[in-house]
Amino acid sequence: MTEQSVIEPYRIAGSAPDLRKSWTEARASRSLILTVGAWIVALVASVPLFSVLYMLIVQGGSRLSLDLLTELPPAGFELGGGFGNAIVGTLVMVAIAAVVSIPVGILAATYLAELSPESKLASAARFLAKVLTGFPSILAGVFVYAILVLAMGTYSAWAGGISLAVLMLPTVVLTAEEAMKTVPRRMKDAALGMGCTRTQMIWKIVLPTALPGILTGVILGVARVAGESAPLLFTALFSNYWLHSLSEPTASLSILIYNFSSMPFDNQIELAWAASLILVLIVLVFNVLSRVVGRSRI
Amino acid sequence: MAANAFEGAAPRGAITQPPSSNEYLTDRGFRLLTVCGASLIILLVGYILWKIGGQALPAIYRYHLGFLISTNWNVADQNFGILPEIWGTLYSSILALVIGGFFGLTVAIFLTQDFLPLRLALVFRTIIEMLAAIPSVVFGLWGIFVVIPAIRPIANWLYDILGWIPFFGSSLSGPGLLPAALVLAIMILPTVAAISQDALNLVPYRTKEAAYGLGTTRWEAILKVMVPTAAGGIASAMVLGFGRALGETMALAMLIGNSNQISLSLFAPAQTLASLLASHFPEAGAIEVQALMYAALVLLAITLVVNMMGTAILTITQRRISGRS
Repeated sequence: MTEQSVIEPYRIAGSAPDLRKSWTEARASRSLILTVGAWIVALVASVPLFSVLYMLIVQGGSRLSLDLLTELPPAGFELGGGFGNAIVGTLVMVAIAAVVSIPVGILAATYLAELSPESKLASAARFLAKVLTGFPSILAGVFVYAILVLAMGTYSAWAGGISLAVLMLPTVVLTAEEAMKTVPRRMKDAALGMGCTRTQMIWKIVLPTALPGILTGVILGVARVAGESAPLLFTALFSNYWLHSLSEPTASLSILIYNFSSMPFDNQIELAWAASLILVLIVLVFNVLSRVVGRSRI
Repeated sequence: MAANAFEGAAPRGAITQPPSSNEYLTDRGFRLLTVCGASLIILLVGYILWKIGGQALPAIYRYHLGFLISTNWNVADQNFGILPEIWGTLYSSILALVIGGFFGLTVAIFLTQDFLPLRLALVFRTIIEMLAAIPSVVFGLWGIFVVIPAIRPIANWLYDILGWIPFFGSSLSGPGLLPAALVLAIMILPTVAAISQDALNLVPYRTKEAAYGLGTTRWEAILKVMVPTAAGGIASAMVLGFGRALGETMALAMLIGNSNQISLSLFAPAQTLASLLASHFPEAGAIEVQALMYAALVLLAITLVVNMMGTAILTITQRRISGRS
């Protein structure tokens, strides 16, 4: 068949066919409608965030003052008050979680990324870490209640911190592993070729090079657990007083919000909004920090 | 510990030298530590199962499987069952998955298929990611003071007009299933969107080029080529989103009304496994704690199975797609 004979029918029709789609065609107009639909869905999907932020700023912002940070939660009909003890409690428990989960997480990640990524142990650990990221946070509370609260006989900051550590661990492991995998093979081979042991190679090449990525993961983990409340419900419980010892019930911002949200007093509701604003600010600061740190990676 | 195999291996006067015995031992020690770290994850999961299972054991002996189909939660009679909670958990999660899954997938398509200039897409992605950063309690508080007042008139109007349909069979007096499911949908949206985006990004660009080359419209390319190719990843996004919805606690405890009943109505208060734990655990006595541990074990089993399924689908499809391209 020659090229001529293919083109021939159009010649007879008088002009070349218009190959561009016209939007009046059913297929094209369907596509257009779907595009408009996607825009609407995407805009609707962003409404909740702005609504939440608006409410936080209007409701929480109106109550913002220095008293919030220095005073204790008010009882029933009292006016004023603050939640200084809850901020301290949240920070202390997040710190416990970080101190416990970061070393373990990075050691595990080193094994997964560097020492034997293909081994059975590594695949099992990696799979379970991924499964743990979707682990219901309240079950971390139930677990720590069973191992710590029952054993110690009291609710405590330790128990709260450990339950947060359980939730933080998988985030640290998986992001640190990803970060270590991005270290170029050549750098590692160069170190090994110089006669480094694997340990020296990891400490002098892999960890420093992957540090920004690892930090990103750690900070993300901190941000994730700072806002958690379900695991604290029956591990740290709540307290209306300042933190004196790590072995006693401890206040946290998220539990304060939960408790106050169901109270019939305006003062407590306002405080719940103000606490939400501060909690979201803490979480967002960590989130932004992780992005800034992550951007400086190789 | 094995002896240093390199001992004395260096020729005299060499610039470089093999690791000393000390370095050799440090290396061994450190590697052992990392093995411990990795094993700890596995041990942790095992310990969680063993510990919660162990605490639930007395309740399992006492109530057997009847626990799963009984509708009572009576502390005085020590008569416990979690059928309403299982019903509420599945009902709210499925509802949330339908809404959140639809929105999440659409957002993922919107962000990956060149609807927006790159810079704007990045801003939009950040907005959706920030949604994931908002703590659950804050969503609960927002739900109480924004979502419930907003949907109450619509819900009660539907009840007045279509009350004979079981889904609208009661009025919305405050907390209820629908507000809880709506907030839940918002909370799983970022999970679904993020994993679906990764799945869509994994599809090689030439696949789409080929579709366009055949003369498809944008949406024919998306719906008939891109989405089916990324189907595995999108399926795992849905499953993992579902798993997240099943285990979500605080927002539900604040919004669902914590009422021990089974109702088809979207506006009736209900109860989920997680909210049962949150609302009953702090004040529970010894016997009730055992029953709650049994409920926790059921929740653990359901979420572990769902999450393992999601993770397995994801791992397999990622391996397949990256192997193919």
